[in-house]
Amino acid sequence: MGAQVKEQDMTPLLQVNALTKMYGPRIGCKDVSFDLYPGEVMGIVGESGSGKSTLLNAMAGHHAPDQGEVVFDTRVDGPVDTLKMSEPERRMLGRTDWAFVHQHARDGLRMSVSAGGNIGERLMAVGGRHYGEIRTQAADWLGRVEISDSRIDDRPSAFSGGMQQRLQIARNLVTGPRLVFMDEPTGGLDVSVQARLLDLLRSLVREMGLSAIIVTHDLAVVRLLADRLMVMKDGHVVESGLTDQVLDDPQHAYTQLLVSSVLQV
Amino acid sequence: MDDYNFAYLDEQTKRMIRRAILKGLAVPGYQVPFASREMPMPYGWGTGGVQVSAATLTPKDTLKVIDQGADDTTNAVSIRKFFERTAGVATTEETTKASIIQTRHRIPEADLTEDQILVYQVPIPEPLRFLEPRETETRKMHSLEEYGLMHVKLYEDISQHGDIATSYAYPVKVEDRYVMDPSPIPKFDNPKLEMAAIQLFGAGREQRIYAVPPYTKVVSLDFEDYPFEASKADHPCDLCGSEHSYLDEVILDDAGNRMFVCSDTDYCRSRRAEGHVGRLGDSEGEAA
Repeated sequence: MGAQVKEQDMTPLLQVNALTKMYGPRIGCKDVSFDLYPGEVMGIVGESGSGKSTLLNAMAGHHAPDQGEVVFDTRVDGPVDTLKMSEPERRMLGRTDWAFVHQHARDGLRMSVSAGGNIGERLMAVGGRHYGEIRTQAADWLGRVEISDSRIDDRPSAFSGGMQQRLQIARNLVTGPRLVFMDEPTGGLDVSVQARLLDLLRSLVREMGLSAIIVTHDLAVVRLLADRLMVMKDGHVVESGLTDQVLDDPQHAYTQLLVSSVLQV
Repeated sequence: MDDYNFAYLDEQTKRMIRRAILKGLAVPGYQVPFASREMPMPYGWGTGGVQVSAATLTPKDTLKVIDQGADDTTNAVSIRKFFERTAGVATTEETTKASIIQTRHRIPEADLTEDQILVYQVPIPEPLRFLEPRETETRKMHSLEEYGLMHVKLYEDISQHGDIATSYAYPVKVEDRYVMDPSPIPKFDNPKLEMAAIQLFGAGREQRIYAVPPYTKVVSLDFEDYPFEASKADHPCDLCGSEHSYLDEVILDDAGNRMFVCSDTDYCRSRRAEGHVGRLGDSEGEAA
């Protein structure tokens, strides 16, 4: 049993090879390669316009990259290049094994549908047809993201920003995905709400053994959540390594600038 | 009648519409785009249904037009007159004698036969529209059979009202493939969608035609623990006493008195002619 687990762990969950996305003559992101192992959290940091979100969207299949491979270790067929998958397969992956948490909860939620309906949507999309069971799971997930059961029939528009973000996370994790893409999950939230959200994310990642790729410009977020870190500038990865190593002993001039730019309170 | 081509539309247009109808019949429930023409009536008054009727009419046909089940309401009367003038076809109010029935928001109570065609007027053909406003996205959802969102709507109904409160335009799945809006018929009529007659749906403003061939499987969407129910007002008809027809509620005065009458006027009249009498009817077949 132990040997089997170990063998599984040796296969990367996601392999990204030489991924390139151009916007006409301009570089979105160029020649990005890395492996992500099961249970690992990868942080991507860099300034605005450095290609972080472009990279994330290209990996998640939101837009087609110009070159490269995104190989995902699927449950049934093993490692498959998701860019060569048919669209139905990719969309199926997008609502089962993958999850995408948007920076603005409004982009990831259906604002005119109740909290319970938002969480239940993925379950119904994969064939859930029992109202009672869907509702029980929705209530369970509301509890896990610290939203009271009594809000299950309220619309997200009646929620605060932090609650919306937590609801979006619940809605994404309800089908038990193995890989979560997060685009600035704490952006636009005040610091105490950020702290609670990070706490929550950290415990969910540990509990469910999730792998995650987190894009952010907030170094504190990656310090708390990420095992490994990639630093991007002008579409290129300029430095990567263990989070603490990169943040405590930055080698590249830009990383040094980034780390020293953080305000100390 | 000589001033118009038969049934108002020119022959090229009718051919174009017939091609869309045939494609619709070949792919049950699929919304076929067609080049909807401007008709001499406003959108929302059945421009789609009228074009489909015009393309299916032959000089030997007998046409019946109903609006909410009634033969004598404005929409039904004006469309019937339109085809009397432009096609010169025979018209009738009797369901059994008609070969083509154009309907707005009802299926007649009498069982239709293989010799008949039922033409529906459709305001919004896309069942997913109120949940997903992007046409590009809804088309993709149809082509990839991603219909989870339809159940989100039913979920919302149950969570807000305790049961599935959608009472008309109740979504159905046709032949295990396409989810279809059956036009705003009451859900009481949904089980009748599996019938012997050809059913054609025309949406003029949205430029879509779709169809359900005879004896095609049509299933109303529901949850395992909240099954579909074809509901109606829990009364007999006050004129003909029928317990099995879909009823309209009519307010009689400002003292709270009301009556329930069959929405299908032809069905009610023929029952009264057979001698059935309801609470407020008399044996002559006139309302008291």
